[in-house]
Amino acid sequence: MAVTVKTPAVKTEALDVARIRADFPILAQTVRGKPLVYLDNAATSQKPRQVIDAMSRVFEEHNANIHRGVYEFSERTTAAFEEARAKVARFINAPSEREVIFVRNATEALNLVAYAWGRDNIKRGDRIVTTVLEHHSDFVPWQQLATEVGAEIAVVDIDDNGRLRRDQLSAELRKGAKLLAITHTSNGLGTVNPVKEIAAEARAAGATVLVDVAQAVPHTPVDVQDLGADFVAFSGHKMLAPPGSGGLWGRAEILEKMRPFLYGGDMISRVTVKLTEWNELPWKFEAGTSSYVDAIALGAAVDYLSDVGVAKIHAHELSLVAYLLPRLQEIPGVTVYGPKDLESRVGVVSFNIEGIHPHDVATIFDREGVCVRAGHHCNQPLMTRLGVPATTRASMYLYNTTDDMDALVRAVHAAKKVFGI
Amino acid sequence: MDDMYRDYILDHYKNPRNFGELEGATHTYHDSNPLCGDEMTMQLKIDDGHVDDVHFTGKGCAISQASASILTEEVKGKTLEEVKAIDRDHVLANLGIPISPARIKCALLGLKALKGAAWGLTAWPGEEVKT
Ligand SMILES: Cc1ncc(COP(=O)(O)O)c(C=O)c1O
Repeated sequence: MAVTVKTPAVKTEALDVARIRADFPILAQTVRGKPLVYLDNAATSQKPRQVIDAMSRVFEEHNANIHRGVYEFSERTTAAFEEARAKVARFINAPSEREVIFVRNATEALNLVAYAWGRDNIKRGDRIVTTVLEHHSDFVPWQQLATEVGAEIAVVDIDDNGRLRRDQLSAELRKGAKLLAITHTSNGLGTVNPVKEIAAEARAAGATVLVDVAQAVPHTPVDVQDLGADFVAFSGHKMLAPPGSGGLWGRAEILEKMRPFLYGGDMISRVTVKLTEWNELPWKFEAGTSSYVDAIALGAAVDYLSDVGVAKIHAHELSLVAYLLPRLQEIPGVTVYGPKDLESRVGVVSFNIEGIHPHDVATIFDREGVCVRAGHHCNQPLMTRLGVPATTRASMYLYNTTDDMDALVRAVHAAKKVFGI
Repeated sequence: MDDMYRDYILDHYKNPRNFGELEGATHTYHDSNPLCGDEMTMQLKIDDGHVDDVHFTGKGCAISQASASILTEEVKGKTLEEVKAIDRDHVLANLGIPISPARIKCALLGLKALKGAAWGLTAWPGEEVKT
C-alpha cells in the first residue's frame, strides 16, 4: 500500500539528536554486542543525566521529609518539591499550582478521580462515555464504578484507520453523559484524538471531561486551559522522569468539593479524636510521604523537555514515522495498525508480521538489540477490535534516529528469516 | 538466545503434531495466557487408565505451540497417573532450549492445559472466573 508522507505539520528546525543522546547514559549500552535501539518509549522513557543528577542531589545534599521539619534540610527539600509542582503547572499551563496533585502515576491519578469524584457523582442509571482506545487504567476504574453503582458505560469505537468514530461519540453524548473519560493519545496506535473539540462538545452536553494525557504530555504540547478538560492524568516515567512521579490536574472548583482519596498524614489540617479537617489543595490529595524525590526529578524532566521544546520533539517523531512507515509497509507480510499517515498522531507504530507471534518477534528483535513491546499494551478491548491477540509496537522519542528505524526494519527481516517466511 | 528458535521448535510450530479436535475425548481443558493472547485446549482419550490418544488445539507463539506439540508426543500411552506427575522442569528440559523468564508462561501453557485435563478440572484453582 502506498503511503502519503506529508511533511510534519509543525515546521521547526531539526533536533540536535546527537547532543540529546549524549545526555542519556543508558544509550551508550550495548545489548548482546549490538548498540541499544530503544523503541519502547510508550512503556517508559529513558532518563537524561540531568534527571538522574537531580535525584542524586536530593539524597546527597539535603534529603529530609517534606512539609514537616522546621530545620533547613526539610525546608530545602520542601521548597524543591513545591518548585517542581510550579514547573509542572507551567508545563501544562495549569491556571494554578493548587490544581496540580502529585501522584505516583497516571493509574493512581485516574483512580483518585474514580474514587474521590466518581463515587459521589456517578449514580445508578448515569452514563459514562469512554472509548475503545483507552488504556486499561482509564477503562477498568470506570467499568468497576459503573458495575458498583449501576451506571451505564458506553464505549465508542474507532474506524479502520484507528480514528475515533466522532459520529458515534456525538450520538453517545447526545444520549446524556455524566462523564467522558477519553485518552488524548492512544498508546496502542499512536492516534491523537481531537480532544479540544470533543471536550467542548461533551461539556456542552453536561458531562465532566477527564482526559488521559499519559501519552500526550511527553510527546506533544498540552495546555490544559486550551484543552477545556476538567481533569487530566499523566505519568512522569513516560516523560524522562523516574517511576513514582506523576500528576493529576483538575479544576479547583471541582477538586475543592471532592472528598479525599487516601487518609493519613499531610492531607489533614486538624485532627481531634472526634473529627478531622482536610488540608487545602493540593495537599488534601497527597496523603502520607509523597514520592518527593521522584517529583523533584519530574521538575528536572520538565525543564529538560521545555529546553528542547515539545513541539520540536513531536516534529522529530513524525519525521521518524515518515521514514519508517513506507519501509515497513513494503515488507511482504507486515500489517500496520492505526493511522498510516502523519495527521494527528505520535511516534507509535503497531504492526504484525504474518505467521510470527509478536512475542517471538520481540524475542528475535532483542537479539538485534532492538527493544519493542509485544502484547496487548494494556489495551485488550482495542486488540479485540483489531481482531488480533497482540501486536508488536515500536514507540519513539526525542533520542531515536533513522538508524534506529533501519535497525527495526533489519530486525523484521531477521525475524522473517528465522521463521523461514 | 540464538538457539531458541531451533529447527525442531520451528518444525513443531509449523507442523504441530496431534493437532485438532479429538473425537471421543474423555478429558478436555482449555486455558489461555491473556498476556500474549495464547489459547490452548488439551484433549485426552483415557482408556483403562491409559492415554489412548491426545490432541491439542490452540494459537499463539512458537514456544507455546511447540511445547504443547512435543508434550502430546510424549504422553501417548502413558498412564493417567504418569501424566499427572509430569512437572515443569521435565517439560523445560524436554523443550531443550533456553527459556527467558518472560517466556516461561508460554513454554508451560501446554503443560497447564494437559494437567487441567488429566485432573478433570473445569477451572484452575485460584483462577475461577468471578461473575
Ligand atoms: C494512555 C495511557 N494511560 C495510562 C497509562 C498508565 O500509566 P502508568 O502505568 O504509569 O500508571 C499508560 C501507560 O502505559 C498509558 O499509555
